[in-house]
Amino acid sequence: MTQVTMTVNGKSVSGDVEGRTLLSDFLRKTLRLTGTHIGCDTSQCGACVVHVNGRAVKSCTAFALELEGAEVRTIEGMANADGSLGTVQQAFQDHHGLQCGFCTPGMVMSAAALLADNPKPTEAEIREYLEGNICRCTGYHNIVKAVMAASGQDVAAVAAE
Amino acid sequence: MPKDSGIGAASKRREDVRFLTGKGKYTDDINLAGQAYVHFLRSDVAHAKIVSVDTSAAAAMPGVVRIFTGDDFSGVGGLPCGWQVTDRNGQPMQEPPHPVLAQGKVRHVGDPIAAVVAESAAQARTAAEAIEVTLDELPPQIDMAAALKDGAPKVHDELTSNLCYDWVFGSDDAAIDAAFSGAAHVTTLDLVNQRLAPNAMEPRVAVGDYNDAAGDSTLYTTSQNPHVIRLLMGAFVLGIPEHKLRVVAPDVGGGFGSKIFHYAEEAFCTFAAKELKRPVKWTASRSEAFMTDAQGRDHVTKIELALDADGKFLGVRTHTMANMGAYLSTFAPSVPTYLHGTLMAGNYTTPAIQVNVKAVFTNTVAVDAYRGAGRPEATYQLERVIDKAAREMGMDPVEIRRKNFITSFPYATPVAVEYDTGNYVATMDKLLEMIDREGFEARRAEAASRGKLRGLGINCYIEACGIAPSALVGQLGARAGLYESATVRVNATGGLVVMTGSHSHGQGHETSFAQVVADMIGIDENMVEIVHGDTANTPMGMGTYGSRSLAVGGSAMVRATEKIIAKAKKIAAHLLEAADTDIELKDGQFTVAGTDRSVAWGDVTLAAYVPHNYPITEIEPGLEETAFYDPNNFTYPAGAYACEVEVDPDTGKVEIKGFAAADDFGNIVNPMIVDGQVHGGIAQGIGQALLEDCRYDETGQILTGSYMDYAMPRADDLPFYQVDHSCQTPCTHNPLGVKGCGEAGAIGSPPAVVNAVVDALQRGGMSHVTHIDMPLTPSRVWAAMQG
Repeated sequence: MTQVTMTVNGKSVSGDVEGRTLLSDFLRKTLRLTGTHIGCDTSQCGACVVHVNGRAVKSCTAFALELEGAEVRTIEGMANADGSLGTVQQAFQDHHGLQCGFCTPGMVMSAAALLADNPKPTEAEIREYLEGNICRCTGYHNIVKAVMAASGQDVAAVAAE
Repeated sequence: MPKDSGIGAASKRREDVRFLTGKGKYTDDINLAGQAYVHFLRSDVAHAKIVSVDTSAAAAMPGVVRIFTGDDFSGVGGLPCGWQVTDRNGQPMQEPPHPVLAQGKVRHVGDPIAAVVAESAAQARTAAEAIEVTLDELPPQIDMAAALKDGAPKVHDELTSNLCYDWVFGSDDAAIDAAFSGAAHVTTLDLVNQRLAPNAMEPRVAVGDYNDAAGDSTLYTTSQNPHVIRLLMGAFVLGIPEHKLRVVAPDVGGGFGSKIFHYAEEAFCTFAAKELKRPVKWTASRSEAFMTDAQGRDHVTKIELALDADGKFLGVRTHTMANMGAYLSTFAPSVPTYLHGTLMAGNYTTPAIQVNVKAVFTNTVAVDAYRGAGRPEATYQLERVIDKAAREMGMDPVEIRRKNFITSFPYATPVAVEYDTGNYVATMDKLLEMIDREGFEARRAEAASRGKLRGLGINCYIEACGIAPSALVGQLGARAGLYESATVRVNATGGLVVMTGSHSHGQGHETSFAQVVADMIGIDENMVEIVHGDTANTPMGMGTYGSRSLAVGGSAMVRATEKIIAKAKKIAAHLLEAADTDIELKDGQFTVAGTDRSVAWGDVTLAAYVPHNYPITEIEPGLEETAFYDPNNFTYPAGAYACEVEVDPDTGKVEIKGFAAADDFGNIVNPMIVDGQVHGGIAQGIGQALLEDCRYDETGQILTGSYMDYAMPRADDLPFYQVDHSCQTPCTHNPLGVKGCGEAGAIGSPPAVVNAVVDALQRGGMSHVTHIDMPLTPSRVWAAMQG
């Protein structure tokens, strides 16, 4: 076991990890930040996406030990300071971009990373960017719409929610 | 005007806040003090005799608490099947035992041989690798036709063959023979409705706990119906009475049918927790999900449609082989029979219909209900054969359907169900309005100018939802009632808690159910809290599947709320010194009819709990009521769907250019949620049509055992959908007039996609292409184009 220290959602945290401990396990099991979900074994589903140093990362592909000193942001750190939903989160609620909620944390983290890079993505750009996040409930319609809305685009013309 | 609250309002979902902030509580988020972890050692071959299982080396590994094998379960029951189908000769289906851990034989890849409980999940996994298993491999039965041959090696030695049942349903031989012998035209189609993996994004999890002092067991599990699990596991497997067994299904990350069933891992964790006097947790990997979650579809069908010279349907005859897999999952026998055969009339007046289904055991993962469950299989074959018939007879695919629509209701079909309401003309008209069919030729020509083949597929669907009248399903072999229950508890200060036996795992019940109750009383939705998913604090429930929650669970809630209102009116009458028959409730105020004398909801609820001025000799204090609702028919949502595609003639790749759905769900409580349900269903249907295929090789190895190989629909595979549910013929027999919307999208969409691709190729001059089996991958489409 080796101690690792990183900043998670603005707070400095430390924990003992094995060399094989994944960031996803560190978040879920050591820090009990269970908003980050595990949906597959092969880094395909994207339910575990978090931000590491500002970039979207599948937390099941990163070793905790390699992230000494890193800035990590999870779904628990996405609300506004006053506790209200952040822009992407609010857009997901407004446009019914989630159903069972299991893929949602990863979906929100990916969408937020996309908008940080590309503030006004097209529908096609959103669909391509979210290719690594699988949702089984929504058929993606309202997710894509929510991301467009979160970027300030008028989605009234998009077919019904 | 859209409403802003209550029934009909697009109220935003209250459950979203916790899901969007990482505060959802899923089963894997539950960690109990002192919990141990189990890892299942699973068979890596499809069919073998277990010669020996040596756990001695593994038992000595670090952290191992105990290793269990099939022998440890010899004193408990097997996993029960909840539906007994009777075959064409009046005999019960063949029903093999299903042990919690394999005994004597393994019957599919993934069958559990041993279970290692250890201090950590990693230790359990590591120790499992040290178990020495000797297997004597047997010939696996993978192909259904081969498994049915005389002398084929048997999946279950104690049965007479691999045939579970041979079932015939509908019109008698004389009627069906007459229909076909008198036909001007007969269209025949052989097709495969391929096996699918449900793939809820949350893998299954079970945490067993045991309270030594009280002798109580608790199971936390990823279930769509915790009460059903309590009943099946308690009564049939472990012998724990219901008052000593609590089952909790907290936030559940999608189900789609796969979390209806009682699974071995649930029984194991409950059993082991009691044996070890400590909590035992299991979290499935995605690989385990592909090896153990009940899969869907897997029908091989021949359908024949008899028509007169004008295109009127005279008869439908089908022969289907339905794969059961290695064991009978909880509702498996009902899916190809009563959820499939009963829908073979579709939206049409076909007078003679006969359905034959042979259910087959194979060395594959069990097959059971997956979104739609039998109804997609019925719809697909019927709507495909109609399309083929229209083409053969030179008729328009819409006109041939219109010519055969049922237009008078109630309508009793030749396959034992009675549709209460519907308007198939209206949904077809609405669909045509949505898709600009007149403009199709111009779009086709434009696509052709880019070298693409464009096609349009249109079809109808009907489904039977709101499952189900208990007496009827009992006659058909169900071993359970299919009512639902609800308790409405009004608190002294006027807020309500509704405890429902329905379970929400994405459907948004916490929002839509609250809309209904708030609307009935005329109070703010936020005064109503919905509680579900815990047998300890909800009344008996049959759970959520078959698009039944609002139609059956919602009806129970309405009945309980009606009782509340009736009692509250008596209290109000006392306070207002009037007769209770003169009391009206509107907008949360009780008023003496025709006067301005009124008392508020909150004053009445307070009086119920502080009964100082109260009709105490007539009614009890308090305000809490329970209702059980047993439907007297199924509901029959129906609609018309259209898909427009472009096919790349060089590669066979299909691109969806447009998808439209016109549904009749009866009355709508929350249109936003309904739209979302349809979207998700369509995506699963398109996934089946173009991408998904659960494949086994000839030895029974799962070739599609991860997301590297099983093609889940992703955002860039799918378009925006046009959905409409303005055609509404309310259900006539439930108090809300609702029909259910959860499965429609998955039922109506596969034939639309395949019809569209065949249409594209036909218009492109490939008249030899009359059918392509799903999924329509580029290689399959390209091969079909080559002839």
